[in-house]
Amino acid sequence: MSKFKKSGKRDMGSISTASLPDIVFMLLFFFMVATVLRTEEEMVRVIRPEASEIYKIEKKHLIRYINIGPPQDKRYGTEPVIQLNDQFADVAQIRDWVENERLTLAEAEQTKMWVSMKVDQDTKMGVVTDVKQELRKASALKVLYSANSRERTN
Amino acid sequence: MARRELQEINAGSMADIAFLLLIFWLVTTTIDSDEGVKRQLPPPVPPDMEQQEVKDGDVYNVRTNFRDELLVEKEVMSIGQLKDGAKDFLVATGTGLLHPERPNVTLGDDNMKYPERQWVRKAELIVLEQSYLAAGQEKAAERVREKLTAIELFGSDYRELPGSALISLQTDRNTSYNLYLQVQNELEAAVNELRDELSLAKFNESYASLEERYGRTKEESLLDKIKAIRLVFPQRISEAEPRDASQGYY
Repeated sequence: MSKFKKSGKRDMGSISTASLPDIVFMLLFFFMVATVLRTEEEMVRVIRPEASEIYKIEKKHLIRYINIGPPQDKRYGTEPVIQLNDQFADVAQIRDWVENERLTLAEAEQTKMWVSMKVDQDTKMGVVTDVKQELRKASALKVLYSANSRERTN
Repeated sequence: MARRELQEINAGSMADIAFLLLIFWLVTTTIDSDEGVKRQLPPPVPPDMEQQEVKDGDVYNVRTNFRDELLVEKEVMSIGQLKDGAKDFLVATGTGLLHPERPNVTLGDDNMKYPERQWVRKAELIVLEQSYLAAGQEKAAERVREKLTAIELFGSDYRELPGSALISLQTDRNTSYNLYLQVQNELEAAVNELRDELSLAKFNESYASLEERYGRTKEESLLDKIKAIRLVFPQRISEAEPRDASQGYY
């Protein structure tokens, strides 16, 4: 008789699923904390270009966004427009906008503001250049050209 | 009196509820990615600023036109060649470290194509530092000291780019944004690749990894290495003041 033979049929206890809700809740909270909610509606269509030399900004609260692209709503035409916060804007408004956005930051961080330009890849440079010139006049010199990452070409 | 046993609530569906919440959250949130190509814009130019005389060879001219074509140093080029072109421009006269001076680069010529890198020598720097300190120019002395650290880290003298050497980019108003960004990207890639090469050869670590580690640890020794590499390969990409080129074309 084998020494290892089991004497009787043992019942496999079912795994307790009591902690499953806790695990899932933890996941939920993780995602809630880790994701950044898009604070503004995108009113222009932006297909971002691809680039390999990507820089990622760690401090997200320092970033302000300028979107440039054709309007989502066709009634506004197909020419690229500038969107600041939640509305369409004119190039001339950018300087005021920069000033206002700067005031929303803590005083010590006002010089560290980033402007992230989300520009549709088919936009002509004319409007982008105008925006850049305005940013220079407003002394918002740190600019990030928003792009998707890709491999370096050889 | 009979005490009734409190019935336990079945928590089996709790997981389902939590899952529903989780999936709802996943679907409704959009993750905003904040990555892209970083650039520092130049401060506005004062109207009375004098135009500086720059040697022809010191500037790598990149122009784009309304048909998304590239004109680099007066020659038509495709975007794929741009990175190698820019790298060539930066190392043509030899860095004294990895890149030997090329024999076919004509020096002292009027129509020279490349910026002439100048030797940075330890002995001269030491003298220079003393003279700055004697004159009380702390900042200038500090810059010299940075170069001395670089020489120490590399283990040899090196050649630096002249101060006026830069890559200049001029875009037409009708160039597409995509091409503009690709050009910016390729130019930055050129500098980054050269930095990586040098860093791997001298410090056994890529430049990107040096920067990444410095960002985490703020270690002084890493910063010295980063500064040393930047001295040899500074990132000088300038954007020319915009001009409405369409008026000149026709």
